[in-house]
Amino acid sequence: MSANDTYEAVIGLEVHAQLLTDSKIFCGCSTKFGLPPNSQTCPVCTGMPGSLPVLNRKALQFTIKTGLAMNCSIAGFSRFARKNYFYPDLPKGYQISQYELPVCEHGYVEISVGGGTRRIGLTRIHLEEDAGKNIHEGAGTYSLVDLNRAGVPLMEIVSEPDMKSPEEAGAYMRKLRTILRYIGVCDGNMEQGSLRCDANVSVRPVGAVALGTKVELKNMNSFKFVEKALEYEIKRQVNAIKSGEKIIQETRLWDSAAGVTQSMRTKEEAHDYRYFPEPDLVPFMPAETWIEEIRASIPELPDARRERFASAYGLPEYDADLLTSERPLADWFEECVRKGAQPKAASNWIMGELMRLLNEDGISIEGSPLVPAGLVELLSLIDAGTISGKIAKTVFEEMYRSKKSAALIVKEKGLLQISDASELSAVVDQVIASNPNEAGRFRDGEVKLLGFFVGQVMKATKGKANPGVINDLLKKKLSGK
Amino acid sequence: MELSELGIEGLKDVLDRGEATPAMVLDSFFRRIDSAQEKVKAFVTLSREQAYKMASGACGTGALDTGILAGIPMAIKDNICTKAIKTTCSSRMLENFIPPYESTVTSRLSDAGYVLVGKTNLDEFAMGSSTENSAFFTTRNPWDLDRIPGGSSGGSAAAVCAGMCAAALGSDTGGSIRQPASLCGVVGLKPTYGRVSRYGLVAFASSLDQIGPITKTVKDAAILLNVIAGRDPLDSTSAPMPVPDFTKAAGMDIKGIRVGIPREYFIPGMDKEVEGAVRAAIKQLEALGAVPVEVSLPHTAYAIATYYILATSEASSNLARYDGVKYGFRAGGKDLMETYMNTRAEGFGPEVKRRIMLGTYALSSGYYEAYYGRAQQVRTLIKKDFEEAFKSVDIIATPTSPTPAFKVGEKAADPLQMYLSDIFTISINLAGLPGISVPCGFTGGNLPIGLQLIGRHFDEETVIRVAHAYEQSTDWHKRRPG
Repeated sequence: MSANDTYEAVIGLEVHAQLLTDSKIFCGCSTKFGLPPNSQTCPVCTGMPGSLPVLNRKALQFTIKTGLAMNCSIAGFSRFARKNYFYPDLPKGYQISQYELPVCEHGYVEISVGGGTRRIGLTRIHLEEDAGKNIHEGAGTYSLVDLNRAGVPLMEIVSEPDMKSPEEAGAYMRKLRTILRYIGVCDGNMEQGSLRCDANVSVRPVGAVALGTKVELKNMNSFKFVEKALEYEIKRQVNAIKSGEKIIQETRLWDSAAGVTQSMRTKEEAHDYRYFPEPDLVPFMPAETWIEEIRASIPELPDARRERFASAYGLPEYDADLLTSERPLADWFEECVRKGAQPKAASNWIMGELMRLLNEDGISIEGSPLVPAGLVELLSLIDAGTISGKIAKTVFEEMYRSKKSAALIVKEKGLLQISDASELSAVVDQVIASNPNEAGRFRDGEVKLLGFFVGQVMKATKGKANPGVINDLLKKKLSGK
Repeated sequence: MELSELGIEGLKDVLDRGEATPAMVLDSFFRRIDSAQEKVKAFVTLSREQAYKMASGACGTGALDTGILAGIPMAIKDNICTKAIKTTCSSRMLENFIPPYESTVTSRLSDAGYVLVGKTNLDEFAMGSSTENSAFFTTRNPWDLDRIPGGSSGGSAAAVCAGMCAAALGSDTGGSIRQPASLCGVVGLKPTYGRVSRYGLVAFASSLDQIGPITKTVKDAAILLNVIAGRDPLDSTSAPMPVPDFTKAAGMDIKGIRVGIPREYFIPGMDKEVEGAVRAAIKQLEALGAVPVEVSLPHTAYAIATYYILATSEASSNLARYDGVKYGFRAGGKDLMETYMNTRAEGFGPEVKRRIMLGTYALSSGYYEAYYGRAQQVRTLIKKDFEEAFKSVDIIATPTSPTPAFKVGEKAADPLQMYLSDIFTISINLAGLPGISVPCGFTGGNLPIGLQLIGRHFDEETVIRVAHAYEQSTDWHKRRPG
C-alpha cells in the first residue's frame, strides 16, 4: 500500500512491444531503426491510394509465440480491425489493429513480490501496426513526418486489473520484458520505445468490491517512471477523495521532470475510433500444427529455468533468479557448468567480477570478451592450487581485458602460487623477526594476530603464497615448535 | 471500315494477318478520339505519347511480339493506378496525383502487350451512377449526347461504345461496370469478388470493389478476364483459385441450362420497354435450349439500404487518407485541424462528402450495431438467397438497370432516385457474385437496354457461356451510335 492504509490501488497495464521482424507488418520495408527519414517506405506503408496490406506471417508467428509463452489460448479465428483517427503520422487515417477477435486471450504471468508469487491475468494480446513519427522543429510554423516506423509490427499486451501497487506493476513489466527477450520477439528497450507502457489506475477503500473511477496514464518511458508515475497518481487520487473531490475519468501524462501527472484529455474529449473489421485482409485461422510447431520452438522460460538452476545446481534462490534474468546470461552460466565448473563457484564469479566489469564497460553478456571456457580454466587453476583466490581476481581482470588464457597470464606475470614450505620458510622467519612486538603478543595468547602475520607474508610475496601453507608455518614458528 | 470500329478479337485478326501495324491501329483510334472526345468527354487524360511508345514496342516488354493483347488500344478507368500517368479518380483531391507504382491489372495488361490510350472519367471516387459526380465534367452517352452514360465507369463505357478504344477496364462496387455498359449498349463484366486483384484500384468500398472488362463483345470480355484474373500476392483478398481459359466458354451451347427469373426483379413501375426487352431476351434463351425457372430472392428489398450502410462505412475509412499531408490536394490553414478541414472541404465534392458522413455516422459508437452490424447480417441473408436459388438454377437473368439512360441533370438533385439506378446490380456485389450486362434491345428512342446474367461464385464460365450464346443469336451488339 503506498498512499494510505484505508485505500487500495487497482492497476492494469497496456504494454506495446515492437516485434523483432526484419520487415514491416504489411509490406516488405525494413524495420531498421535510425535510418534517414522516409527512406524505409513504400506505397503500402505511406498509405498511397490503391495500395493494400499483406500480413507478415512472422509477425503473427511472434504473437502466437508470445501468447503461448504467457499461457494464453490462441484464437482459432482472428481478424484485423480498423481504428479510425486523423493524425499526420498515421498515413491511412486509420491504424490496422485488432478489436473483437485478437490473436491471444486469457493468459497470465507470475511475478514475485515481497517473497510471494502472484499471478497477473492477461486479457488479450493483439497484433497491430505502429504509426510514424511527427518531428516538430523550427519556429513552430510547420512539422515534419517520418514514416520509417509506420507499419512496424507491434503487439499490445493488455493485463487484467490485477496489480495492487507500483511495485507489482514494476515487477510485472520486468517479467514481461524478460519473457519477451527470452523468446526473442522484442528487445524490450523502454528508453528507445520498443517497449511502451500505459497504465489504468483507480483507488478504492480497502475491502470495497466496486472499482473506483479509472485514470489512464501515458508517457512512462522507463521502468522507474512506471513505478514513480503510479505512486504519484495513487497518492493524488487518495488525497482527492479524502478532500471530497471526485475522480474524473481522463487520460493523464507523466511529466518526469516535474515528477507529476497532468491531465491530457477527459473522457468527453476521447476519440470515437469507429472500429470495424478490416476488409482488405482476410480473417486468419492458424493451423493447429503450426501452433504446435511454434510451441516447440519456445525455449525454457525464466521461471522454469530458475527453479531448475536452484534444484539441479543447488544455487541459492538469489543466484538462480539473477542468472536467469536474461537468457544469454543463463546460457553463459550453463556453458561453464557443462565445461566442468562447480556451479556455485561459477555463479559467484559471474555475479561478482564478470558483472562488475561488464557494467563498468556498459556491455551486455553477449558482448563479453571473456568466454565461459576462460572462467572454467581459471576455476580449475584455483582448484589445483596453481594460483590463489586473491591472485585469481587479478588474472580474471587481465583475461577480460587481454583475452589471453589464464595459464598464459599466470606464466607471463609469474603469478604461480608458492606452496613450497622451504621457499616460504625464510619469508615467514623474516616477517616474525620484523614484528617482535606482535609475535610476543601472539605467544601471550592473542591468537587473532595470526591474520596479521598472514597478511604480512602475502604482502611480501605479492599475494602468491599459498595461505594454507603459510598458516601452518606461522603457527609452528610463532609457537616456537 | 475504320479499324477503330473493331474490338479485341477483330483487331487481333487484322494485326495477325499483317493487314495493319499497331501504329496504324492507334492512328485510327486517335482519329476517332480526336473527333469524339469533345462531344463525349470520355477521357480525363489522354496518353498519346506513351501509347505510341507502347505500340512501337519501345517500352521494352517484348510483349508486342508475343502478348495476347499486342497492340490493342485500351482505356483504363481513372481510379486504377498507372505508373507515371496521372490517376485522378475524377476528384480535385487527386487532380495532379501521379502514382509511383502500377496496379496489378495494368501491369498484367502491359505484360500482354496492351496499349494505353488514356484514363477515363468517372463519378468522383466511383461514387455515382452517371459521371455527373466527376469533379471535372460529365461524360455524355454516345447514343444521345443529352443523356448520361451511366456510372461510375461511364467514361470507360462511353469510350468503348464510341470506338475511342477497343476495350476498357472499369470497376464495379454496386453496378459501376454493368449499369454504364447497359446504358451504352456494350458488354460489362463484374467478376467474382476475389477473382481479380484490387492492388492499385483506389478503394471506394473494399469488400465490394472489383475490377472488370468493358468490351464490344462477350468474347472480348473473356479474353481480358483471362489476362487480369488470378491470385495476386499483393492483394490478400484475391482468391487462390485456378483460372480457366474463359474464352472456351464463349462458344458452348446452352441446352439444358436452367435460367432463374427472380420475381423480385420484375417490379411494378419499372420501365415497360426495359421489362419487355428483358422478357424477350429470356424467351430467346429458351429458344436456344435454356430452361427458365422462377426463383425468389426474398431479401432483395433490403439490398439498397444494406449497401449504402456498408459501402459508405468502408468509404468513410478508405477516404480518410486524403488529408493533405502526404500527397494530393492541400488547402492551407492556421493549424493542423484547419488544414484538415479546409483540405477535405475543398478537395471532395458533395456526393463524396455525403457518403463520408453517412459512413462515419453508421460506424459511430452507439450506432454501430444498429447500422453496420445489422447490415452485415442482412448481407449474409442476401448471400443465402442466392445460394438457395443456385440450388435449382445455373444462372439468374434480370434487367441490368431499371431504366435506360436518363438525361443529364434529371436525377442529379435527388440522391435517392440516383441510388435506385443500382437496384438490380447492388445485391450481386453484396453477395460477391459474377455478373455481366449484355445488350438486349433498344427503346423506341434508340437507347440501349441491358440484360444482366448472374452466376455462382467463381463460375464466370457459365456467365460468359450464356451471355455469348445469347449475343451471337442477336444483332444488338452490332449496333453503334450514328
